[in-house]
Amino acid sequence: MALLEIEKLTKHFFRLSALSGVSLSVEPGELLGVIGPNGSGKTTLFNCVTGVLPPSGGHVRFRGEDITGRTADAVYQRGIARTFQLIQLFPEMTVLENMLVAAQEKTGTLLSRLLRREETQETARARELLEFLGIARLQDNLASNLSYGQQKLLDFGMALMSDPQLILLDEPMAGVNPTMIKNLMGHILELNGRGYTFVVIEHNMEVVMSLCRRIIVLSQGERIAEGTPAEIADNPLVLDAYFGR
Amino acid sequence: MADFVQLCIAGVSIGAIYAMAAIGFVLLWQTSNTINFAQGEFVVLPAFAMVLFFVILKFPFVAAMLATVIVSTLLLGVGVKELLVTRLLKMGVLPLVIATIGLSLLIRYSLQQFWTPLALPFPAIFSREPIFLGTIVVSLEEIGNILFAAVVIALLQLFITRTKLGWAMQAVAQNRALASVLGINVARLVTITFVLNAALTAMAAILIAPVYLVKYDIGVGLGLKAFYAAIIGGFNQIRGALLGGLLVGVVETLSAAYISSHFRDAFALIILIAVLLLKPEGIWGVKEEWA
Amino acid sequence: MARARWPLLAALALCLLLPLVLDQYKLYVLSLTLVYVILAIGLNLTLGYAGQISLCHAAFMALGSYAVAILGQHRVPFEVGLVLGVALAFTWGLVLGFPALKVKHHYLAMVTLGFNIIVFLVLRNWESLTGGSFGISNVARPVWGPVSFKSDRAFYFYILGWTAVVVASAYWILHSRWGRAFRAIRENEMRAEVVGVSLRNYKLMAFAIGAAYAGTGGALFAPLLGYIDPGAYTLDRSIQFLMMVVLGGLGRFEGPFIGALVVTILPEVLRGSEGLYLIIYALAVIIMMLFMPKGLVGLWDLAWRFSRSRSSPSTSSASLR
Repeated sequence: MALLEIEKLTKHFFRLSALSGVSLSVEPGELLGVIGPNGSGKTTLFNCVTGVLPPSGGHVRFRGEDITGRTADAVYQRGIARTFQLIQLFPEMTVLENMLVAAQEKTGTLLSRLLRREETQETARARELLEFLGIARLQDNLASNLSYGQQKLLDFGMALMSDPQLILLDEPMAGVNPTMIKNLMGHILELNGRGYTFVVIEHNMEVVMSLCRRIIVLSQGERIAEGTPAEIADNPLVLDAYFGR
Repeated sequence: MADFVQLCIAGVSIGAIYAMAAIGFVLLWQTSNTINFAQGEFVVLPAFAMVLFFVILKFPFVAAMLATVIVSTLLLGVGVKELLVTRLLKMGVLPLVIATIGLSLLIRYSLQQFWTPLALPFPAIFSREPIFLGTIVVSLEEIGNILFAAVVIALLQLFITRTKLGWAMQAVAQNRALASVLGINVARLVTITFVLNAALTAMAAILIAPVYLVKYDIGVGLGLKAFYAAIIGGFNQIRGALLGGLLVGVVETLSAAYISSHFRDAFALIILIAVLLLKPEGIWGVKEEWA
Repeated sequence: MARARWPLLAALALCLLLPLVLDQYKLYVLSLTLVYVILAIGLNLTLGYAGQISLCHAAFMALGSYAVAILGQHRVPFEVGLVLGVALAFTWGLVLGFPALKVKHHYLAMVTLGFNIIVFLVLRNWESLTGGSFGISNVARPVWGPVSFKSDRAFYFYILGWTAVVVASAYWILHSRWGRAFRAIRENEMRAEVVGVSLRNYKLMAFAIGAAYAGTGGALFAPLLGYIDPGAYTLDRSIQFLMMVVLGGLGRFEGPFIGALVVTILPEVLRGSEGLYLIIYALAVIIMMLFMPKGLVGLWDLAWRFSRSRSSPSTSSASLR
């Protein structure tokens, strides 16, 4: 069974259509790439899947359960985490606190979150991840004091905090220097090897081509192509979407 | 029945004044995300200016009116924009809310402290002689207020739909980031909106001065009515604010006459709460979404 | 919090010793300050930490005051009235919090503002219960068997006890996962929801807890004055609390103490000229917003940083956003 199934998902803003009937499925353990020109609906797709925006039509199923139109926190509880193209952090909280927020709602009841103080397990996991990403020494800095690249890593780290089954990465390499790109790609591949499933939106073709084994192309809110990197590179429709018209 | 129609006309007449304040309020929200908690005082200050020019300095009426509008647009338009809004706009909605609350207190109590805590009378602009239309009795004042407000609002509507500046304002209201990408000078438009708002509140002040007595604290009630009107009608639509203003005016006039003047304010509030619960974007509003 | 420890202990010592030397009026002002501290802590939790604007704090306060006053007329013990008033305020906080879920700042401001006006109208017009415009006089102070808190000094210590309870519980809440969730929502609502923070639960709680503290403050306020009337619970009063919290420093634990102190002391200094006081007050708030959005606590921070300029890593500090 597919991990994530998206069926004829549509989204309108006023009268503009950002997504018109996109269907796709993600298999467990996969590393799927989503590409397409600006305004093709990639981020809207993520927003509709993660509950940031309610879709106008269609269905999203995660591990067989219909999660269409659920609020973002409910989607996260079920095991889908994401990052953002424009980094979204809690700027006036420390790096460690940013990480801990991302883990705290995973277990227990609302009341137990008030009463139970100890957090050794969560803190240990946060430290381990920060260590893995190489920003552990910054854990007591405010998120707003981090450099762009460090913020990008923190955003990524937060998505890993809850040990999600599916991670959606929205342009993880945008604005990141080449060393850091190599670094991040290594992290993604390593985590994928450990069994994490990824969907990656990325503009950097080199990255997508070497990272993903399957790529889906969106254009003007529709899926226009799907295939291996080689197939996509040779597909005239794709070139058309990027350069044509 | 004649009673009812008469009351409705009286309600529309007062509602038209609320609508002017409400429209300014909505414009500010649209182009600059400013929730102006001092909107009531933005009416009171020009009302005092009107007293100064017309009653004390004995300017001719039209000259007094012009002087009032000029003072209002300079002080409450350009002044407030440059001194407060420019700096606070970057910091989000909340600091501006708090600053405008501070501004409302500042204007209100400065007028009380440095001018007068008493209510100042203001001569009627239009005659209060009753006019008989069949069994219905109305006054020239009511009709005059309605017409005056209608002209002002129509002119504003023309400005927004027919001029380049008006289009730019709409673009900013729709999508700020996109508008600045398209080369629209957003900061200048915010200034223009503040000036427009100050002109609108000055007009409202000129109409309201003879109806109420001019007193330092009437802004509290006026500001509230403008809020109600904007929310009831729809916070992102000028026609919504117009509808809301008229509705608030009529409802409060009718409920004061038929039910209880004690709860005069409560009925508009009940509509407000109903709207918030059932259609939070307002009767005539459009849903706002994160994109 | 380490740097707040010494001032806190000093303040506590002052609170315990001062009343032994103060005259009756100054004792009253000090008692009032404590009540304001309780109210400001509530609003700081809702507005400063969770970022939810509330313009009806005085209405929640009224629920506490009137619960104590009305039940006191029927010889119900003070604490029962207090608990009931707090529960009432908490419940209404939940009810009002609901619109907060659907809507943005301006709507929430409106809903709460409207609620304050409705409560005021009800207090003034429901004469059989609230005494209308005249209010209720002779609000009883608590008595525990042989121990009576009727004297001003005894009642001051009674208030001090409750203040301690409120400060401790607020500290507990704000340093739990809830406090972190509140701040996360204030900092970035969308991101908070995307990492699993339920906006519904936490916004409701932030609102209701803030209201409950207001109820506590209100319940203590009524017997402190001895009489209550609707005039004490107007929208202006709510705005005064808002200013108090802003002045002190939004989202800072020390903020409410400083804010409450300034707001009670300033009118004493400018006695006889309420208008002038309000003008200075309004100017202070505007200037604060423009140049010191972190409130008076911001000054305190500067002083602190100056005093240990040698070893100062950047510390976590919350600010208005």
